[in-house]
Amino acid sequence: MIDVIIIGGGIAGLETACTLHTQGIESLILEKEKEIGGKLTQWDSLFPSNRNAKELVETYKDEIQKHTITVYVNTKVIAIKKQNDGTFEIFTSREIVFKAKTIVIASGYSIFNAERKEEYGYAIYPNVITSADLEHMFATKKELKAPSGRTLERVAFIHCVGSRDEKVGNHYCSRLCCVTGVKQAIKIRQMLPETHVFNFYMDLRMYGLGFEEMYREAQEKHGVQFIRGRVSEIAQTNEGRLQLKAEDTLAARPVRMQVDMVVLLVGMEAPECNSILGKSCNIQYNAAQFIVPQDIHYSSGITSAEGVFVSGTSIAPLSVFDTINHARSTALAVSNFLMPIQNE
Amino acid sequence: MNKFGFSTHASRVIDYETIDTKLISYIVENEPSFASCISCGSCTATCSAANLTYFNIRRLNVQIRLGEFEEIQQEIDKCMLCGKCMLVCPRGINTRNVIMLIKRGLTTLEIKK
Ligand SMILES: Cc1cc2nc3c(=O)[nH]c(=O)nc-3n(C[C@H](O)[C@H](O)[C@H](O)COP(=O)(O)OP(=O)(O)OC[C@H]3O[C@@H](n4cnc5c(N)ncnc54)[C@H](O)[C@@H]3O)c2cc1C
Ligand code: SF4
Ligand code: SF4
Ligand code: SF4
Repeated sequence: MIDVIIIGGGIAGLETACTLHTQGIESLILEKEKEIGGKLTQWDSLFPSNRNAKELVETYKDEIQKHTITVYVNTKVIAIKKQNDGTFEIFTSREIVFKAKTIVIASGYSIFNAERKEEYGYAIYPNVITSADLEHMFATKKELKAPSGRTLERVAFIHCVGSRDEKVGNHYCSRLCCVTGVKQAIKIRQMLPETHVFNFYMDLRMYGLGFEEMYREAQEKHGVQFIRGRVSEIAQTNEGRLQLKAEDTLAARPVRMQVDMVVLLVGMEAPECNSILGKSCNIQYNAAQFIVPQDIHYSSGITSAEGVFVSGTSIAPLSVFDTINHARSTALAVSNFLMPIQNE
Repeated sequence: MNKFGFSTHASRVIDYETIDTKLISYIVENEPSFASCISCGSCTATCSAANLTYFNIRRLNVQIRLGEFEEIQQEIDKCMLCGKCMLVCPRGINTRNVIMLIKRGLTTLEIKK
């Protein structure tokens, strides 16, 4: 019987495992992919400090190794069953059934599928990409060009793609796409000083530590232009440029603009497994399928099912900063829960 | 031939292909803080000229970006250079200097009005 099984080896799961270890509690991590690190393995540099994402993942890998925490990769959790004695059986893509006293759900988030916003032409026009694609391009390409090979005279970022949108059923704000748009706009201006960059936004939500400063820097130092208005549609011209339509709501006039590449700032959604795990163990989740903590202020790492905890972006879109802090507090909640059991 | 009296309106669409950016570039070069305007409107709220006339310094920012020089020219002299707008701007923009730069830009730069 293992004390704690952690579902998901993103930074949330990894941090929870490391903090538990320092508390003297051993855990086992189950990760569905072939390596740990979650989304961060795909990102280039992280706001607000510009630090290298791979470097942070490596730091965690070292810690996991140092503490000899066991990780099963290629292991997808498909159901949890609570036993009569309060312990859990965990069913995965492997044949063995895992048994644990407690469970931490750290299954993270999924990226909004931009094809659902057909009017923006993702997967129809080659030069319409997502912020996740651009992050990957930054991380792997030396020279920045549109996917079709065009040089970039003008780039447009579109905010709120898949968030705050009744049409796709996501009412909530993904919270991080605004600052991701600012981070990436700055990066393009630094790599290609001749390129004009425009961000089309509905509201700019710079809620986090250092975000507002980045926004101001984007305006003042990097000349990124922010246009308040939601793009209604994108079409490709005969010359292979992209024509977009919006309203400049501060000028109260429609805008037409041709650009060489469009970056869709895609939102964060709950992964499908949240509702599957939720149902199999009677855990409360909201309409957007994020897991609802028992008390959002006081016990944000505890779920409605006794012995099941939650860590990181399984509860909502969170930055790395917020994810790590949440993961640590969840670890403390788990150790508080296990302490009386261990003292028995 | 019958005349039906049809006509069309000039397009109100902002066309980024034809915008003259000389004035905005000139202002941002000499008063870089101007680029950080967030269109909050507190400058206009405090401005005496705005309270009595159509003059709107917040809107000037947008008009400069879009190269609407005719409207700027018509309005700019209503500013009394009192500097109250500077006192309230949350971004610390030297708005009075912006007005001075607009005036200078309109006379010295080669722009179509
Ligand atoms: C384009 C983009 C750029 C971003 N840039 C930044 C940035 O610069 N700075 C910043 O602070 N934040 C950034 N973020 C946010 C950042 O990605 C998250 O804060 C972070 O990834 C959250 O970590 P997590 O562990 O909660 O989730 P994830 O990274 O999603 O990790 C979850 C893990 O759980 C695994 N898993 C899921 N389901 C199962 C299952 N059923 N069984 C087993 N394993 C499972 C997944 O494979 C994954 O490894 C960005 C987000 C986006 C979309
Ligand atoms: S963070 Fe910004 S881009 Fe993302 S959903 Fe919220 S308002 Fe829209
Ligand atoms: S300086 Fe001009 S714009 Fe500013 S408050 Fe005075 S009159 Fe208004
Ligand atoms: S007060 Fe400053 S930031 Fe606000 S609209 Fe006026 S110039 Fe822009």
